[in-house]
Amino acid sequence: MNPGLEVQIIAILVSLCCSLLGVFLVLKKQAMLSDAISHTILLGIVLGFFVVHNINSFLLIFGAALVGILTVFLTDALTKTRIISSDSAIGIISPLLFSIGLVLISQFASNVHLDMDSVLLGELAFAPFDRLVLFGIDFGAKSIYVMLLILILNITFIIIFYKELKLSTFDQSLAVILGFSPILINYLFMGLVSITAVSAFNAVGSILVISLMVGPPITAYLITEDLKKMLIIAGGIGIVNAVVGFQVASLFDISIAGTISTVTGVVFLMTLLVSPKHGVIMTLINRAKQKRIYILHALLFHLYNHEDTQIESEEASLKTICEHLNWTNKQLDKILNYAQKNGYVIMKDGLIKLTECGRRYTIQEYQSLIESI
Amino acid sequence: MLELIFSDYTFRIVALGTILLGIASGLLSSFVTLNKQALVGDALSHAALPGIVLVFMIIKVKNLELLLLGALFFGLIAIGLTNIIKKYSKVKFDSSLALVLSSFFGFGLVLMTIIQKTPTASQAGLNNFIFGQASTMLPHDVYLMLSISILVILLIILFWKELKLFVFNPEFSQALGFNNKYISLLFSGLIVLTVIIGLESVGVILISSLLVAPGVSARQWTNRLSIMVVLSGLFGAISGFFGTIISAISPKMPTGAIIVIVLSVITILSILFGSKRGIIWRQIKNKINNHKIIAYQWLNNSEINSLPIEALQFLTKKNYLAIQNNEYVLTNEGRKLIDYYKEAQE
Repeated sequence: MNPGLEVQIIAILVSLCCSLLGVFLVLKKQAMLSDAISHTILLGIVLGFFVVHNINSFLLIFGAALVGILTVFLTDALTKTRIISSDSAIGIISPLLFSIGLVLISQFASNVHLDMDSVLLGELAFAPFDRLVLFGIDFGAKSIYVMLLILILNITFIIIFYKELKLSTFDQSLAVILGFSPILINYLFMGLVSITAVSAFNAVGSILVISLMVGPPITAYLITEDLKKMLIIAGGIGIVNAVVGFQVASLFDISIAGTISTVTGVVFLMTLLVSPKHGVIMTLINRAKQKRIYILHALLFHLYNHEDTQIESEEASLKTICEHLNWTNKQLDKILNYAQKNGYVIMKDGLIKLTECGRRYTIQEYQSLIESI
Repeated sequence: MLELIFSDYTFRIVALGTILLGIASGLLSSFVTLNKQALVGDALSHAALPGIVLVFMIIKVKNLELLLLGALFFGLIAIGLTNIIKKYSKVKFDSSLALVLSSFFGFGLVLMTIIQKTPTASQAGLNNFIFGQASTMLPHDVYLMLSISILVILLIILFWKELKLFVFNPEFSQALGFNNKYISLLFSGLIVLTVIIGLESVGVILISSLLVAPGVSARQWTNRLSIMVVLSGLFGAISGFFGTIISAISPKMPTGAIIVIVLSVITILSILFGSKRGIIWRQIKNKINNHKIIAYQWLNNSEINSLPIEALQFLTKKNYLAIQNNEYVLTNEGRKLIDYYKEAQE
């Protein structure tokens, strides 16, 4: 396989692993825990290194997973005292464990190649250099197989524990009543998040891990509210981000991890802008529509109220109505145009008059308004 | 040994810098934690990276003030973006923070690789902004930190009333006619300023701790905002000072990490022993209250002498009852206790 294709495959696999777990992370409102874990597993790697004395050992992943779970445990414990909020707890625990990791490296492992740059920033382009060689045959980049394994693990976990995950994500109390243990599921899940994060950032760096865990799920969240659909869409968006990011990065020869996370951010913002249900553009259009209808109702109700009364000439005349409704001339022109176009009002001797159709519409709207109260 | 260090020029510069940083971030951290924005500092410190790199790409020299200006600009953009996301979607605040911080940081990395490819520019030292390198601090940097810290302190004093209202009751503040938008902008601006002066000394990852831990620690000792702010500034300064000393005594210790560890120790001690909300203090108080409630329930019984003997012994030990003429009678303490709870019940 050529290295470019291998990098692309790794990017896609990492992206899928992270997006699937990220869906639950985001729904559990624990997105920033991914940030915390991605920093604290440095400590796990260092501690694991002290045990096995080999920076490339597979066992480091378990050290990292343990510290990841420890992070979750400590923040939970701090939050449970109800002295501090959960985000403050993360803000205290994560830098503390990270600092301990830094100090340990500087004191006991400074001659080891445990480069801060590569841990945090990661360089996907170097991933293919680490080969899986069995019986003298080169099977391709090691990361591909590691990430494939993790992906299978994640998917199996989600399928087997789908019901439990869903329950403990949305309704912890119900889960407890039904006899599930949301705490156990939570720690299993967080262990998986840590394993995924550490194997992923071996290849892509921890910042990209955060981006992949949070970006595709919240983009999917803008589109759907169904958990199953959200998982599928998030996976799809993850793949798209990985492909687009990698292609752009190789085109301009820039940091792959950085480009993928930039693309992730851009894709989210675009979706936010144009999403059919809750997008910014749709929201603005809907608000404008509602505003126009509100103003139209105000005008029609006002006219109907004073129709055929003595003061009609004063209340409904073109000259005075602005003052009565506290509008500017421009506003009035706009809404009059709209109302005339729809045939609700006509102009007669400088007075605004309801048409037959307008009167019917007004009465109907007025009644539905009263009913809704 | 210590004397040697205190007379050392570099040490004095670094210590002064970290103490100032500690004070500024400490003061602000009270508001940050009360406003439940603990992770904003973390997000901002990551989001500032593209600003720094972009300015460096344009001016091609490492001018600290201009680099920080770039950081400030991008920090404010990041805050604006999270606010827009909050306003137009149901995405949770922390999710949007995580996304904004990682995409901005990723964008910064992209820009860094572009710089690395241009042969003329040397990006050496830009890495310091990511990981922090207090030992490379120069007097010039300290002057900048000094002026920014003073600015932060002055702004906090000047807008004390507004910030206080904004943190505790934004709706009330709006109703009183303060413009929350401006106060929020001021608040974000202060955070960004503190984050960027911290970037160079403790780095992106650890500055978030300085914006959370002092406030959390101080909160355990007092219920008054003014005392809390002063205390948190003090905690920040202490950890800056001792962190620098420890890292100066033992070689190769990363200053930023040590500062964070010292600060965390203060936080853990405060959470355990804090006189207002600390865990241990609260348990003692709970125990005393439990005793009092049980004592009250017994005493409220009109027939004191018909109480079980264990209860009588307990109440006598606690000085609520005394023995007179072979009969148990209420002491002043006991009467006070009953009055107190009766009043509380009403």
